[in-house]
Amino acid sequence: MNLYVCIKQVPDTETKIKVNGDGSGIDTAGIKWIMSSYDEFGVEEALRLKEKTPGATVTVVSAGPDRVIETLRTALAMGADNAIHVELPETADSAMTAKAIAGTLKKEAKVDLVFFGKEALDVAASQVPQLVAAHLGIPAVTVVCGIEYAGSNLKCKREIEGGSFEMVEVAAPVVIAGSKGLNEPRYATLPNIMKAKKKEVKAVKLADIGVSASDQKIKMKNLQLPPPKQAGKKIDGDAGVQAQQLAQALHNEAKVI
Amino acid sequence: MAKVLVFIEQREGKAKKASYELVAASAAAGNETHAVIIGDSVSGLANESAQFGANQVHLVQDAALKLYTAESYSRALLAAIKTVNPEIVLAAHTPMAKEFMPFVSVMADAALATDCTSLTFNGGKLALKRPVYSGKASAEVEFTGAGMQMATIRPNSIGLPKPDTSKTADPGSISVDLSGLKTKILEVVKGNSARPDVTEAAIVVSGGRSLKNAENFKILEDLADTVGAAVGASRAAVDAGYRPHRDQVGQTGKVVSPSCYIACGISGAIQHLAGMRSSKVIVAINSDPQAPIFQIADYGIVGDLFQVVPALTTEFKKIKE
Ligand SMILES: Cc1cc2nc3c(=O)[nH]c(=O)nc-3n(C[C@@H](O)[C@H](O)[C@H](O)COP(=O)(O)OP(=O)(O)OC[C@H]3O[C@@H](n4cnc5c(N)ncnc54)[C@H](O)[C@@H]3O)c2cc1C
Ligand SMILES: Cc1cc2nc3c(=O)[nH]c(=O)nc-3n(C[C@H](O)[C@H](O)[C@H](O)COP(=O)(O)OP(=O)(O)OC[C@H]3O[C@@H](n4cnc5c(N)ncnc54)[C@H](O)[C@@H]3O)c2cc1C
Repeated sequence: MNLYVCIKQVPDTETKIKVNGDGSGIDTAGIKWIMSSYDEFGVEEALRLKEKTPGATVTVVSAGPDRVIETLRTALAMGADNAIHVELPETADSAMTAKAIAGTLKKEAKVDLVFFGKEALDVAASQVPQLVAAHLGIPAVTVVCGIEYAGSNLKCKREIEGGSFEMVEVAAPVVIAGSKGLNEPRYATLPNIMKAKKKEVKAVKLADIGVSASDQKIKMKNLQLPPPKQAGKKIDGDAGVQAQQLAQALHNEAKVI
Repeated sequence: MAKVLVFIEQREGKAKKASYELVAASAAAGNETHAVIIGDSVSGLANESAQFGANQVHLVQDAALKLYTAESYSRALLAAIKTVNPEIVLAAHTPMAKEFMPFVSVMADAALATDCTSLTFNGGKLALKRPVYSGKASAEVEFTGAGMQMATIRPNSIGLPKPDTSKTADPGSISVDLSGLKTKILEVVKGNSARPDVTEAAIVVSGGRSLKNAENFKILEDLADTVGAAVGASRAAVDAGYRPHRDQVGQTGKVVSPSCYIACGISGAIQHLAGMRSSKVIVAINSDPQAPIFQIADYGIVGDLFQVVPALTTEFKKIKE
């Protein structure tokens, strides 16, 4: 069984964001990069499946500048067998990213399951998994918080609104976008981190898979930090007075109640 | 002016208010506004779209569309796109549209911008804004090509006007080939909440670790119920088992954008802000005047939530009477 996991490198969420000079992105100097947290569920799920399936392999794929190799090594240290780095410019949108990943997967001998995170922590477009599935001509189930495997059949528990779940039955090959609850991702151990440093990371160039800048469909511009919020109104007094004034303000001034 | 197609999302014959926000916004901008309802026996919903301003309502109905799957609904919306031939396609950013709209964008070779919080019609072009980096920044979205533009908009971003209940629709029917589907819904396991979902509610009342136990959340539920609000929670409250994970607001929970967010005993950690920063009016009730939540609050009360919240419930009841 050939298992793939797509992982994205994102700024650590504790990082302070600074907008770059022309507002087209962020100033990446001094940023600590991590694996987008939902992608860890994908890596873990693939590893658990491999441990139960003789002969299965796990390949992790990340698209982006050279620095994403670091994150691929994190996944190798968790236990992935192979890693592919798709050389993609930083400003690629979901459409171009997905085309590059799909193009890479199409060159692989056989793809059974492709795991993703339900959304990337930085942009959170929730697009790449479904776009990749569409390009590969296979279904996708997203926001998956539990899977039962029976041969090549999968029963996925997908979270929707109101605390409800859809139980979705689907057969491999399929794209799965994982969410919290799917599993508890493992930590890499130090010996494995050392071993992962020596593993080979295969590079894929966009030209090899027929992807170019013209595959970009949207651009983000005028990135802005939220305007400093005006100091809010402090409401003093005892609890009764505070509650009364707040209720009146929400009703008459903000008009939201 | 543009030709706009809005996907009207329904489950069990009940449409999402967030879909009508988009119909109304498109109609108000003077666009030729089409609404498409996908499902099984959903014609009963057609009038509502007209009442929020749709010029034309389309139905894609099939027994196989009773329960949503990304595969079947993307084919159905594509069929509607082929019939209407719109320049712009809009849907609310919900668990359903979030999943299937990317499929449609590939099938229709169109550009898609997701999770936008502001939308304006600029002639035939959409002007959109969306938060990035967990709401720490926002960006404008520009479509690079000339093709069809698709976007999903976060619920409550625009607001809902009063419908014109005198209007009725004369819906058209669109058929779709649903043979050879590979995904099947075995069951929909219903959540048992009587309250609205945190991602859809116009008002959200949230509590944190300081509630101390699950039972104490009753005071927040009482407050929420006076105004039809949803009840949310911080991760600390969820991790402590006071609330289910589905109610968690924040970076590893739900992103909400209500018109009013009331944070009770929540410190305002950056990961919590990631989930509620785009709320229009933020209220903080916290005993610590230094709590970071006050930095983004429009109204702040330094006080004990166990006293303030019940008093607020009484005041809200008075207003509602
Ligand atoms: C500095 C900077 C500038 C940017 N400028 C632009 C811009 O001008 N225009 C624009 O549209 N976007 C821009 N982006 C964002 C763009 O690169 C998005 O990351 C891209 O659109 C992917 O979408 P997403 O992150 O929302 O992924 P989602 O669709 O939310 O991701 C879901 C899942 O897909 C997988 N995935 C996503 N991306 C990758 C990847 N690269 N490699 C492997 N797996 C992946 C992961 O499993 C992830 O959990 C910029 C980003 C940065 C950091
Ligand atoms: C990777 C990562 C992801 C995370 N994701 C999320 C997420 O999605 N959502 C989230 O919320 N957090 C998330 N967190 C956790 C976050 O950092 C905070 O720990 C959490 O939000 C704190 O919850 P809290 O405000 O309830 O608790 P605390 O920070 O302990 O704050 C309790 C507050 O209650 C006040 N208080 C106490 N008693 C009273 C009283 N009687 N009346 C009024 N006020 C009182 C205190 O002054 C204090 O400000 C994440 C953290 C990490 C590292």
